[in-house]
Amino acid sequence: MMNELVSDLSAVRAEAFLAAGICVLLLFDLFIRDRHRDLTYALAMLLLAGTGWLAATAGGDGRVLAFGGSVVVDPLARVLKVAAALAMAVVFLYSRPWLRERQLFRGEYYVLGLFALLGILVIISGHSFLVIYLGLEMLSLALYALVVYDRDSPIGAESGMKYFVLGAIASGTLLYGMSIVYGFSGTLNLGELREYAAGLDGVPVFLLVGLGFMLSGIAFKFGAVPFHMWVPDVYQGAPTSVSLLIATAPKLASIALVIRLVAEALPELLVTWQVILMTLAVLSLLIGNIVAIAQTNIKRMLAYSAIAHVGFILLGVATGTTAGVEAAVFYSIVYVVAAAGAFGIIMLLSSRGAEADQLDDFRGLSQRSPWFALMMLLLMASMIGIPPLAGFYAKWIVLLALVEAGAVWLALFAVLMSVVGAFYYLRVIRLMYFDELPGGAPVQAPGDFRLVLSINALLALALGLFPGPLMDLCTGLLG
Amino acid sequence: MMPGILSTLIWLPVLGGLLLMLLARGGMASQGGAAPALPRLFALAVSLLVFALSLPLYFGFEQGTSQMQFVERLPWIERFGVEYFLGVDGFSMPLILLTTFLTPVIILAGWDVIRERAAGYFAAFLVLEGLMIGVFSALDAVLFYVFWEAMLIPMFIIIGIWGGPRRIYATLKFFLYTFFGSVFMLIALVWMYLQSGSWSILDFHALPIGLTEQVLIFLALLIAFAVKVPMWPVHTWLPDAHVEAPTGGSVVLAAILLKMGGYGFVRFSLPITPDASALLDTFVIALSLIAIVYIGFVALAQSDMKKLIAYSSIAHMGFVTLGFFIPWAIVANSGGTDGISLGIAGGMVQMISHGFVSGALFLCVGVMYDRVHSREIGAYGGVINTMPRFAAFMVLFALANAGLPGTSGFVGEFFVILASFKAGFWYAFLAATTLIIGAAYTLWLVKRVIFGAVANEQVAGLTDLSAREFLVLMLVAAGVLWIGLWPQPLTEVMMPTIENLVDHILQSKVPE
Repeated sequence: MMNELVSDLSAVRAEAFLAAGICVLLLFDLFIRDRHRDLTYALAMLLLAGTGWLAATAGGDGRVLAFGGSVVVDPLARVLKVAAALAMAVVFLYSRPWLRERQLFRGEYYVLGLFALLGILVIISGHSFLVIYLGLEMLSLALYALVVYDRDSPIGAESGMKYFVLGAIASGTLLYGMSIVYGFSGTLNLGELREYAAGLDGVPVFLLVGLGFMLSGIAFKFGAVPFHMWVPDVYQGAPTSVSLLIATAPKLASIALVIRLVAEALPELLVTWQVILMTLAVLSLLIGNIVAIAQTNIKRMLAYSAIAHVGFILLGVATGTTAGVEAAVFYSIVYVVAAAGAFGIIMLLSSRGAEADQLDDFRGLSQRSPWFALMMLLLMASMIGIPPLAGFYAKWIVLLALVEAGAVWLALFAVLMSVVGAFYYLRVIRLMYFDELPGGAPVQAPGDFRLVLSINALLALALGLFPGPLMDLCTGLLG
Repeated sequence: MMPGILSTLIWLPVLGGLLLMLLARGGMASQGGAAPALPRLFALAVSLLVFALSLPLYFGFEQGTSQMQFVERLPWIERFGVEYFLGVDGFSMPLILLTTFLTPVIILAGWDVIRERAAGYFAAFLVLEGLMIGVFSALDAVLFYVFWEAMLIPMFIIIGIWGGPRRIYATLKFFLYTFFGSVFMLIALVWMYLQSGSWSILDFHALPIGLTEQVLIFLALLIAFAVKVPMWPVHTWLPDAHVEAPTGGSVVLAAILLKMGGYGFVRFSLPITPDASALLDTFVIALSLIAIVYIGFVALAQSDMKKLIAYSSIAHMGFVTLGFFIPWAIVANSGGTDGISLGIAGGMVQMISHGFVSGALFLCVGVMYDRVHSREIGAYGGVINTMPRFAAFMVLFALANAGLPGTSGFVGEFFVILASFKAGFWYAFLAATTLIIGAAYTLWLVKRVIFGAVANEQVAGLTDLSAREFLVLMLVAAGVLWIGLWPQPLTEVMMPTIENLVDHILQSKVPE
C-alpha cells in the first residue's frame, strides 16, 4: 500500500514539485518589493528547470501507469513535458524586458504561467477523462486570466471575454462528450475504455455522438477550423508576451489531448474519427493559409498560420498509424520552436515601448538589424517548410506517414496549401529585405534575450541540418 | 577525416558566403559610395579556389565508365535511411564545372556595379554556388531536394534586393512557381522511398514500378522540372525574373538554374519512369516544339533586350527537352535505336553551350545597361561606333545564339536535329525552323543595337569595355568557341553515361 503510493507519487513528481513550487512562489512574491521582482523571475526559472528535470526522469524508460491507471508516464509524456517546460522558460525569458517596459512585470504573470504549465503537464499525463479535464481547466483558467493580464487594455478585455465564453463552451462540449461515453461504457479510464471498445460488436451510435462532441471540444482547444474563431482575436488582443505563451506550450498539450483521447483510447473507432480529423485538417489548412494572406497584423497572421499548422499536425494523427502520431509530435515541437522565435522577434522589435505588431513594422529590418532579420528569415523559412530548416522535415515526416497510409491525395492537398502559405511568410521576408525604412533606429534588447532568441532561431536551422536526434526522440512514443 | 572533393566544393562556398555575411556587417552599411573592396576580393578568391579545386573532377574523372565517381556516403537521418550520398557521373560533372567556372565570372561582372549591400550580394552568390553544386552531386533523394529547395532563398533575395523596379513581383513569382513545381516531386520521391525502402536515386532507377504509378510519378516530376527548364506553358516566370534580376542573377538563372530542370530529366524522369516516358513522349516533344517555334516568334516581338534573350532561352531549352525525349519517337518510328544517344548527347551539349551563350548575352546586356540604364532596344543603335571591342563580342555571342557552326550553339542543336530526323521528317523540320527564327531574332537584335548610325547622344558618349569587362567576356567567349570547335573532350566524358542511360531506358520497368 505504502509502496504503491510512493511509486504513484514518483510518477507524478514533476507535477507535484511544480504545484508545491507555485505555492511557494505565490507566497514569496507577496513579501518582496517591486525592485526585487527579478527574484520571482529567477525562482520561476528555477522551478522550470526542476520540473523539466523531474519530468525527464519520471517513470524510467518505459510506460508506467499510476493512481489506478488514471495517470500515465510514457515516452510521449516525457518528451512533451520537457519540451513544454523548455518552451515556458523561453517564454518567461522573452517576456521579461517586454513586461518591464509596460509596468506589467508582476509576480502574477509567472504564477499564472506556471499554473498553465501545470495544466499542460496534467493533460499530457492524463489517462482518465477526469484527469484530462482537470488539466484542461487548469490550463484554460490560467490562460483566460493571462489574456486580460493588461487590465487597462480594452482590446485585451474584449479578446479575454471572447476567449472565456468560447472556451467555456468548448470545455462544456468536451465534458458532454465525455459524459456520454462514460454513461454507456461505464468507465472514465482510457485503458478500460480501449478494452471496452475492442470488445464491441459493431460501433454503437451513442459512442459516435460522444466521440463527436469530444472531438469538437478538442478542435476548439487546438484551434482547428471550424472552431478557430477565437484564435486570431486572442493572438491579436492579448499582450504579446501572452500571445507568445498561448502559441507555444499549450500546443503541446493539445497534441497530447488528441493523441490520448482519440488515437490511444479509441483505435477501434479509427474509421470514424479519421474522417472527422481529416475534415478538420483539410479545412484548417485551407482557411488558415488563405485567410492569413489578407492579414496586416503580424500577430493575427501568425494566428492563422497556427491554424494552418494545426491542420498539418491533425493530418499526422488522422493517419491512425504510429508513424503518423510520431510525425505529429515531431511537427508540434518544430512548430513550437518556430512560433516561439517569431513571437520573440516581435517582442524584440516592440521592446522600446511601441508595439511592433503590424507587418509594416518589419519594413527595412535588414538595415536596422541584419542579424535579427536573418534570424526571422530562418524562422519564416522554417514555417514555409524550406529545407534545410526544421519545418521542412516536419512536413516531410507527416507526408511520409500520409503516403504510407495511402492518403496520397491528402498529401498533395497539404503540400499545395503550403505553397499558398509560402506567400505570406515570404511577405515578411520581403518587407525585411526589399523595403527600405529610412531612419529606423537600431534594435536594442538585453543580452540574454538576444542570445536566447538567436539560439532559438538557429535551433530551427540546426534541427534541419541534423533532424535525426529529435526524430529518434519522437520514436516509440506510446511505449 | 578529410572531406571529399564534392563536399569541399559544396561547403567551401557556402561557409565562405556565410562568413562574408557575418564579417561584412559593417561593410553593408556603406551605401552609395564605392563598393568596399574586401568583400568582393574575398568572394573572388573563394570562387577561384573552388574552381581550382573542381578541376580534379575533370582530370581525375575515369572515362569509359558510367559508374558514379568521387562517391561520398555517410548516414544522415538513420531512422528513415537518409544518407549524405554524393557522386558524379558524365551528366553531373560537366554541369558542376560549368557552375564553378561561371561563378567567378559572375562575381567579376558585379565588381563595380553593385554598390548597395555589396557584401550581401557576393555572399548570396557564393552560397548559391555551393547549393547548386549540391544539386548536381546529390545522389540521395532527400539531399537532392534539400539543395534544390534551399537554392530558392538566396535567389529570392538576389532578385528581390538588387533587382529592377518590378523586382518584388518577379521574385515572388519565381519563388512560388518553382516551389509549386517542386512539391509534387517531393510526394513522388516519398512514394518511391516507401516502395524501395531507400532514398538512393540509384535504387530508384532499379525499382520496378507499375505503369499507372509510373505515369503519375512522371507527371509529378514533369511539373517540377518543366517549371525549372522552363517549358511552355509554365515558362511565364522566366521573362519576369530575367528582366528584373541584376546581371549576375540573370546569368546564374539562365546559365545554371535552368539546367537543373534538364538535369532532373536525365537523373530522375528518364531512368525512373521509362515506360511512362515512352507513353507520354509525344506530349513532351510537342511542348518542346511549341517552345522552339512559338516562343521563337515571341522573342522576335520583344522590345526589351533581356526579355528577348529570356524567350530565346526558353526556345533553346526546348532543344534540351526535345533531345531527351526523342528516343522513344525514334524507336517507335524507325524501329531501330540509331540516333538515340545522339539526341541525349545533343541535349546535354546544348545545356552546357546555352550556359555559356545565354550567360554571355546577359553579361553583354549588363555592360550596356550599366552605361545607359536602359534595356530597351530602341534606346540603342550604332553601338559599334563607340564600343568596337564590345561589339565584336556581342556579335560573336549572337551568332552562337543563332547556332553558327564553329560556336557551341551549333553542336547541340545539330545533334538534336540529326536525331530528330531518325524519328521523322516533321520533327526535324519543326526543330530546324529555329535556325531561321533564332537567326532572325538574334541578328535583328544585333542589327538594331550594334550596327547602323549612332542613334542618340547617350550612345555617342559610350566608353568601350574596361579591362575587367573584357576579361569577363573573354572567358565566356573562350568557352563558346571551345565547345564549338572541339566538343570532343565534353562528349567523351558524357558518352559512357549516355550509353548506359540508353540501355537502361529501353528496358521496361513494369513488373511482370
